[in-house]
Amino acid sequence: MENIAEYLKQERGQEWREELRKSMKPKERLSKDRVQMIEEDSFLRAQSHIEVNRGITVQMAVEEAKRCLDCPDPTCIQGCPVSINIPKFIKYVEKQDFALAARTLKETNALPAVCGRVCPQEKQCEASCFYTIKLKKIPVAIGHLERFVADWERNSGKMYIPEVAPSNGIKVAIIGSGPSGLAAAGDLVKLGYSVSVFEALHEPGGVLKYGIPEFRLPNEIVDVEIENLKKMGVEFITNFIVGKTATIEDLKAEGYQAFFAGSGAGLPNFMNIPGENANGIMSSNEYLTRVNLMNAAHDDYDTPVLFGKKVAVIGGGNTAMDSVRTAKRLGAERAMIIYRRTLEEMPARVEEVKHAQQEGIEFLNLNSPIEYFADKNGRVNRMRLQKMELGEPDDSGRRRPVPIEGSEYDLEADLVVVSVGVSPNPLIPASLPGLKMSRWGTIIVDDKEMQSSIPELFAGGDIVRGGATVILAMGDGRNAAAGIHRYLQNKNKK
Amino acid sequence: MNKIISVDKLSENVVRLEIEAPRIAKKRKAGHFVIVKLGLKGERIPLTISSSNPEKGTITLIIQKVGVTSHKISILKAGDEITDVVGPLGQATHVEKIGTVLCAGGGVGTAPLLPIVEAMKKAGNRVITVLAARNKELIILEKEIREYSDEVIIMTDDGSYGKQGLVTQGMEEIIQREKVDKSIIIGPAIMMKFGSMLTKKYNIPTEASLNAIMVDGTGMCGACRVSVGGVTKFVCVDGPEFNAHDVNFDELLMRLGGFKEEEYKAYQSYLEGLKKETV
Repeated sequence: MENIAEYLKQERGQEWREELRKSMKPKERLSKDRVQMIEEDSFLRAQSHIEVNRGITVQMAVEEAKRCLDCPDPTCIQGCPVSINIPKFIKYVEKQDFALAARTLKETNALPAVCGRVCPQEKQCEASCFYTIKLKKIPVAIGHLERFVADWERNSGKMYIPEVAPSNGIKVAIIGSGPSGLAAAGDLVKLGYSVSVFEALHEPGGVLKYGIPEFRLPNEIVDVEIENLKKMGVEFITNFIVGKTATIEDLKAEGYQAFFAGSGAGLPNFMNIPGENANGIMSSNEYLTRVNLMNAAHDDYDTPVLFGKKVAVIGGGNTAMDSVRTAKRLGAERAMIIYRRTLEEMPARVEEVKHAQQEGIEFLNLNSPIEYFADKNGRVNRMRLQKMELGEPDDSGRRRPVPIEGSEYDLEADLVVVSVGVSPNPLIPASLPGLKMSRWGTIIVDDKEMQSSIPELFAGGDIVRGGATVILAMGDGRNAAAGIHRYLQNKNKK
Repeated sequence: MNKIISVDKLSENVVRLEIEAPRIAKKRKAGHFVIVKLGLKGERIPLTISSSNPEKGTITLIIQKVGVTSHKISILKAGDEITDVVGPLGQATHVEKIGTVLCAGGGVGTAPLLPIVEAMKKAGNRVITVLAARNKELIILEKEIREYSDEVIIMTDDGSYGKQGLVTQGMEEIIQREKVDKSIIIGPAIMMKFGSMLTKKYNIPTEASLNAIMVDGTGMCGACRVSVGGVTKFVCVDGPEFNAHDVNFDELLMRLGGFKEEEYKAYQSYLEGLKKETV
């Protein structure tokens, strides 16, 4: 860590940074208001799949960058799972050198345009900003600036491809092309490894493609970031399920010396209540995959999707918000969140809840489904809900929902999306008998380098965490890449 | 991209494709399936691997024309390519020597049944196979099934080939004649339901291979869920074969119709489009 502190200090001591700091009094910086993200009109956007957040202008970005005090001890960086040199990139924005700002992001982040859109910055970098922790003021809009820089670079047509060390000829396999896999691939290819990413689906991107909707993260943005990794030399192999198409043993025989499993939490949970297998009741994974990955709502695509007039989405996470807002865009008259706690305990990002509310999503909080009913064709038409009240806090620290006896009532619903979490995908573990697993089915790794009980296998993201965020997965990918590098260097020294 | 090596027509609506898929050919076992997607705008559909040739690096798929995607695949020619093929998926058939195995294939269900018949025979079992269809034209793979069966009984609804009657009649005849240790039934859900009721009556352990709707085929979406012994299972990762006596076939039948309207409309408009093209 000493080196990093030294590096940050050195960077901060550069002449241009010092000049910039002197160019404006801290008091003046502190007096500025935080920039507001430009949002598409809620009425218009709820009828289309256009992105809700439109980005900020050059002028807005530069003004916002001036708010950053370029602190000697940049606590914001500690809040970033991929350790972006935040003050450096923000000061480049202030200097209006956006290309160098983009380079700074890419020093440690393989997917800046993605992170600028979907990271919960309010819980990470912005929560650790000097403004937040010391001044009790509204933090610098680090996330908006990250997005601005990434978008500026993409639109400039001249994307910087990070430098790659000369090839060392060592083959590393990345299993899964979601955020953790892409982050690991980016770091390993920079170090000179020959990196192949194996993806089970027909397109790379994992949850960024099948899960997160267009209105929050356009697939095109993900494709550009993947294209950049390809330009750096990462090989993507789609339609390949490690553990099925070939085992890790097979791949070892083909010369792969280390593995990173970022296969995700690909097993949706259901509530196991009566009637849940009726038609028109599906997991958020199924609903979102049909719409996002398979483009099912477009007539010229072959995959079908059910359209509902009264859509109930069960759950209060980001995926539930994505599902209910998708349903609204597909023409639902009532698009409802059914959540057993209250807005306060909701795990979804505040921004997502706000956007949902603006778009006319109904929130039926303190409600939980207990049974579904179907018409003569087996299609759901009604659900029975039970009202809840909050009791004592549980293990998660949130107040436990307690059913209110006799409060049951029926609600009409012709489409139900169950979004109550996911379990780790068992395909990789099932093919590796010696692998140490937790009782939740996640792969056990050491916290620092993400190494599993099989020395050449590292893992990260939801297969380790059981359900987390894009940025935490990316942090795991980076840590694992460092772990793999150390492991392979030691191994090849011997 | 997976190149099609050869195509042959097994009946009016059923074709057999041999396609290049060297890795799958090497790994696949009886009971496995693949997910296939045709074209950038295509949907993902599951298809059982009927046989494979690991030396040549090919697998064989059998497709019945029932909707847009199967229709599009059924009119492909040798040299064409299938955009995406992924697998092998699902749990392989549990193959062991247990004595006499009664296999029953209904219509295109004979395609997934073939590798199981072959594996059961090679494991040293006595294999009796009942093939059933509406008429003679729809009986497929008879020659291949005969190769690995000690006895084959053909049943057609209209009596145009073999004996007239339902698959269950053919099965019951065998069950009453000799001791059957295990039964495997593959075909339309309704046929598996009645076949399974029959073997339950005689207390014969029975497996059915279920043909659920799927999207990813790796356990990610849950479109293929089915109730087995009162517990929800995913056909793609827990199956496709299950203890037939525990399967809720009525629910399976209901769920297979989950997109009926959408599929029907899409197929009609596709056929309209084809007509226009030929005019």
